[in-house]
Amino acid sequence: MESVIERITRGHFWDFHGGIHPPQQKEITSSKPIKQLALPKQLIIPLQQHIGREGDLLVSVGDEVLKGQALTASTNPMVVPIHAPTSGTITGIKHSVIAHPSGLSQLCIFLDVDGEDKWRERHVCSDLSTLTNHQIIEKIADAGISGMGGAGFPTHIKANSKPDINFLIINGVECEPYITSDDLLMMEHSNGIVDGIKILDKLLNPAFILIAVEDNKPKAIKALQNATTDIEKIKVCSVPTKYPAGGEKQLIQMLTGQEVASGTLPINNGIVMQNVATCFAINEAVRHDTPLIKRVVTVTGQALAKPQNVWALLGTPVNFLLEQCALQPRENVKQPVIMGGPMMGFSVASDLVPIIKTSNCILAPSQKEMPSAFDNQSKEVECIRCGQCSDVCPSQLLPQELQWSAKAKDYPQLEKLNLSDCIECGACAYVCPSQIPLVHYYRIAKAEIRQQQQLDLKAEKAKVRFEARKLRLEKEKIARQEKHKKAAAARKAAMNKSTPEATGAKSAVAAALARVKAKKAAKDDSSDNNTAEHNQTVNEATTSVADDQKSQVDAAIARAKAKKKLKSDKSSLATPEKSTEQATTSSAKPATNNESPADAKKAKIAAAIAKAKAKKLNKGDEPAEQKNEPEALAENTKAINTDKASSSDKDNSTGNTSSPSHNDKKAKVAAAVAKAKEKAKIKAQSATQKESLPNDDNTIKEIDASEVSQIANTDDANTGDTTDKKAKIAAAIAKAKAKKLAKDNKSSQEVLDNKCSSKNNDETTKQTNEST
Amino acid sequence: MNILLAILVLGSIAALFGALLGYASVRFKVDADPIVDQLDALLPQTQCGQCGYPGCKPYAQAVADGEAINKCAPGGEDTIKKIADLMGVEVQPLDESHSQGDIAQSNRPKVAFVIEEDCIGCTKCIQACPVDAIIGAAKQMHTIIIDECTGCDLCVAPCPVDCIEMRELPDTIHNWQWDLASIPVKQLD
Repeated sequence: MESVIERITRGHFWDFHGGIHPPQQKEITSSKPIKQLALPKQLIIPLQQHIGREGDLLVSVGDEVLKGQALTASTNPMVVPIHAPTSGTITGIKHSVIAHPSGLSQLCIFLDVDGEDKWRERHVCSDLSTLTNHQIIEKIADAGISGMGGAGFPTHIKANSKPDINFLIINGVECEPYITSDDLLMMEHSNGIVDGIKILDKLLNPAFILIAVEDNKPKAIKALQNATTDIEKIKVCSVPTKYPAGGEKQLIQMLTGQEVASGTLPINNGIVMQNVATCFAINEAVRHDTPLIKRVVTVTGQALAKPQNVWALLGTPVNFLLEQCALQPRENVKQPVIMGGPMMGFSVASDLVPIIKTSNCILAPSQKEMPSAFDNQSKEVECIRCGQCSDVCPSQLLPQELQWSAKAKDYPQLEKLNLSDCIECGACAYVCPSQIPLVHYYRIAKAEIRQQQQLDLKAEKAKVRFEARKLRLEKEKIARQEKHKKAAAARKAAMNKSTPEATGAKSAVAAALARVKAKKAAKDDSSDNNTAEHNQTVNEATTSVADDQKSQVDAAIARAKAKKKLKSDKSSLATPEKSTEQATTSSAKPATNNESPADAKKAKIAAAIAKAKAKKLNKGDEPAEQKNEPEALAENTKAINTDKASSSDKDNSTGNTSSPSHNDKKAKVAAAVAKAKEKAKIKAQSATQKESLPNDDNTIKEIDASEVSQIANTDDANTGDTTDKKAKIAAAIAKAKAKKLAKDNKSSQEVLDNKCSSKNNDETTKQTNEST
Repeated sequence: MNILLAILVLGSIAALFGALLGYASVRFKVDADPIVDQLDALLPQTQCGQCGYPGCKPYAQAVADGEAINKCAPGGEDTIKKIADLMGVEVQPLDESHSQGDIAQSNRPKVAFVIEEDCIGCTKCIQACPVDAIIGAAKQMHTIIIDECTGCDLCVAPCPVDCIEMRELPDTIHNWQWDLASIPVKQLD
């Protein structure tokens, strides 16, 4: 290390490979002092002016801000805040074209300047020793200082480096043509820069501090030497002029002879490098509490009448600076404006592009200096393999190989050729006789490779997430299956075991089953009850579906009785007591029948017998009528069975007796038949009532009978669920029979009348007439 | 006698080497088919299933087993070329029947976007997402984690209210690429 310092004090430096000596063009501006400009009308302040991420907004549209007020903030160390360069009103926060070769827009704060330039409250620190390193770093971070040489790396991270630092190198080389902003700053503010260096010395405590300045800036070197005479640690090095000596790695090699390995940072070699403008900004921030809100910008080019260095507020639009420096635009051609130097800068997409923390130069070249970029394009010819590019490459790369691979998009090969070590200095393109824009090819390739790396990263992440998801789903599935299995096993165990818990579970299941059954039964009951209620009187005790059928039969019987009664009443009006007695027995009879289901069969049999007897009665006339009620039950069947209809009913009765299992159906059919007959009778009765009421008793009896028949009808309607179908069939049959009956009725009535030889002969004839 | 001896000697040598090989195959067994992992590394990992397999790895397995190499629509010609190199087969044009949606038509990366006011919170898209890039819960509005979305399109179809659409990522300075053709930057008036 001593040898390094010895060499430096002797004025001997190492050399880096390649490099070029383009025309300096610095004399255009280097002789004029830095000009203080009037305030522009509006400032456009991009949220992100450095490498990293943009901070969170602290202000909104319409806010009044003071000079130096922070506009963004974040706890992320890679975020550098921005500040209001002057006082004014925020009129917009929107996307605007920024200082980037893409010409893309980013979020910017539009600040309308009020012209008062009113500061926020400042706390000037007169004594550095009262501040701890942490406080100083915090101040640097809060002041929004990022590297002002070009890359824009957050300074507080660089100033917070932990390991032992051998060299702190202050970069005042400014090797690019035209640019003189650092030169002027060193000339005019050498004390401020040295104060900033002292702060960095306190923070980093390096073994030596080297201030490197190219030997084409003698005034700046002189000023710095004067400012550092009393400090042993600081050496001002006048390095030979060669482009790109200002490159970090190139300068380190020049001063110390060390090469920074590919892919590593100078800090690994114990070296930290800062730009002179950054040092000045650090001093301003720490001592004067002035955040980074302005910088020196070289506004130059032969298209300007008054090229000079200016103090430009960050956010000043380029067109304002050009105006201030008296731009003389080209005729008929849009004036190209380059931000940065001619070697590494880029054309700005708009006149409104603002100055940011890394903008050191605005170049407005004349037609002579730089013909239109459009003309330049067509001049590219094939590579002639001259190899000049390799000779001048400061990174010792093979530019022509790189160019071929870049054109072929052979990215693996580019990586093999260490494209990532290219500093895009443009030396190769400068010397290329074929005018190939080599650096552009490299930039494209670099961007593609970076994109590919991002995609690979994303793909890797997606893969991991996909695998994780698959694993999770699998696990969930297995867990589910296990759970089901376990639950099933537990159920089984509970069923089989007789432990108290098991029996408890069993009994619970049993109880549940019982509950369900009970519920079902209750439902049935309630429905039965409903039907029973409809039945009103006759079937009070109905409890089962079977009863319905029974009751049907009963009803038929009842109706038959009623009919018979009616007839007998007609025939023996002299004995009303008997007929009433008959009526009571007929209504009581179904009740007795309901007592046991077995009675249903009996009743049916009885009905069949009755029918058979009725047939006999048909012949035997009067004697039958004098017999007891059961025998006389089928009075109306007898009526039907007169003459031709007798045969079908005979079948019925025989069926009833021979096969009791089919009794149900038959009984129903019988009931239906009875119903139909009843209807006919009702008609006949109504006719009777309408015609005349010669005998009061008779009519009462008739009404009685009709009531009974009505009850029977409702009974029929309320047949149980199971007999629905049957009932329907029966109804259909009944309808058919009813039609037949309509005819029969007439004849039967006549027959009846004849047989009974009633007094109301005239009336019955009228009845038949009516029914027909 | 000589013949018997020869057979015996050769037979014993065969047995010896057989045993040796058998031992080696057990002792130096390679668990996974390394070609599958290599193929998987070439695939774009969108897990979109357009190839007809439920993810990139299954397709890699299928290719290793002899499936056609031209079914990966998101990977495009590049991926097909790489697979062809690896498998030592001819490069085939992309099988168009395996490209659905716009993925194959445009190189611009796309991500799913939930139109949040239309979302009913049915969680159907969450179940469809192969990389768990959708946040949401039942009856809660869902949203996409753009950084995790692979643009596979699989969440679009299950949405009952069609509130998911594929949107191109906007150009920012982070994903912007230098383009030689645009170097003469147009100046806006």
